[in-house]
Amino acid sequence: MVSSENRRKLLDISGQEVTSCYQCGKCSAGCAMAAMMDLLPHQVIRLVQLGQVEEALASRTIWLCASCLACSARCPRGVSLPNVMESLRVTLLRPGGRHLDPVRLPADVLENAPEQVLVAGLRKYT
Amino acid sequence: MRPSEMGYPYFPGCTLRAKARGFESSALASARVLGIHLEELPNWQCCGATFPLQVDNSFPLVSPARTLASARKMGERLVTLCSACYNVLKRTNHVMRTEADRRDKVNAFIEEGYRGDLEVVHFLEVLRDDLGFDALARSAKVPLSGLAAAPYYGCLLLRPADELAFDDPEAPHILEDFLSALGCRVVDHPYKIECCGSYVALEPGELASGPSRMVVESARARGAQVIITSCPLCQYNLDVSQQGACGRNGAGVPVIYFTQLLAIALGLPEDVLGFEGHVISPGPLLRSVGAMGSEATA
Repeated sequence: MVSSENRRKLLDISGQEVTSCYQCGKCSAGCAMAAMMDLLPHQVIRLVQLGQVEEALASRTIWLCASCLACSARCPRGVSLPNVMESLRVTLLRPGGRHLDPVRLPADVLENAPEQVLVAGLRKYT
Repeated sequence: MRPSEMGYPYFPGCTLRAKARGFESSALASARVLGIHLEELPNWQCCGATFPLQVDNSFPLVSPARTLASARKMGERLVTLCSACYNVLKRTNHVMRTEADRRDKVNAFIEEGYRGDLEVVHFLEVLRDDLGFDALARSAKVPLSGLAAAPYYGCLLLRPADELAFDDPEAPHILEDFLSALGCRVVDHPYKIECCGSYVALEPGELASGPSRMVVESARARGAQVIITSCPLCQYNLDVSQQGACGRNGAGVPVIYFTQLLAIALGLPEDVLGFEGHVISPGPLLRSVGAMGSEATA
């Protein structure tokens, strides 16, 4: 797939025009999960801008984004990066991919975690 | 508004009927004492727990839209307690109000003609706007001046601010005002609007506990004895992040729902609090500051 096609597919899912981003890095600066990420949030969006979607799809970052919206609240260009992260996740999940196997969740999580996290997590990861 | 007039359709959500029972039991008992009648929706279903961020797929909106359409038949407002339910229902309502294409698609599926003409409100807003924090302060029976409490908002009450319009998204104060009304010492801390890690808690290892530990440490370092939340997942993540050394040596900071503190301040019996399954048990702290009686078993 050529890069513009890649970008358009993600745009259809996310509703976000990533070319608006001018790489100020505010999203990465305020991201609560950044310390655990292999690619910083603004690097993911740069890859999508360049159409290098495979690289973005292979990163841990797309699964570590917690959809907290701190980045989109502060984005000077009005890009909702959590939507872009979700478009990358569902690119892998819609054909039947599964990031999380509920059967392998630790017993203490299944026993103690609130229902909210099981529903939300399975929606984001499967 | 006279207390006897305050009746609202109310959406409990799935977590409040399972792991967070104490959140609901403390809220309902407190509401009763304050003259706020929360009438449970007859046909509610899970909100979906997270608002879908994919604009080409409206199917995840079906369940919350059904709840909204059914609530509209009962009244003009719908009260929620859980931050996630508030976020998902209010955001879904925004779609039903403002995006004609998606509204039509969802309405066709659920066989309703719902147009988003309902107001989704959080119980904190009912306490502030309908009861009033001054009236709340007058209803408080148990002095909490010995308790240093840190508010924790997390994400779901505040963002996106243009849709939720709950409070100032970078400097909220409704929880501070609530805690002041109950007579607590309010502890401000810089991580009160940061994410706890949310559903990343399901990732293997301790990935999500990093952000949660930062939140707890920021509150503890400024003298907080207890952290107050309205989200069951924040409660879980912040509490579980303290598993291990700090929990065992008694230096842990309990994380409780704002309604549990409310019930304590109103002098309600301890069986409505539902302090079960905490990593850091709130009982010892609350007894030590005189908020709970020493004979308690909670």
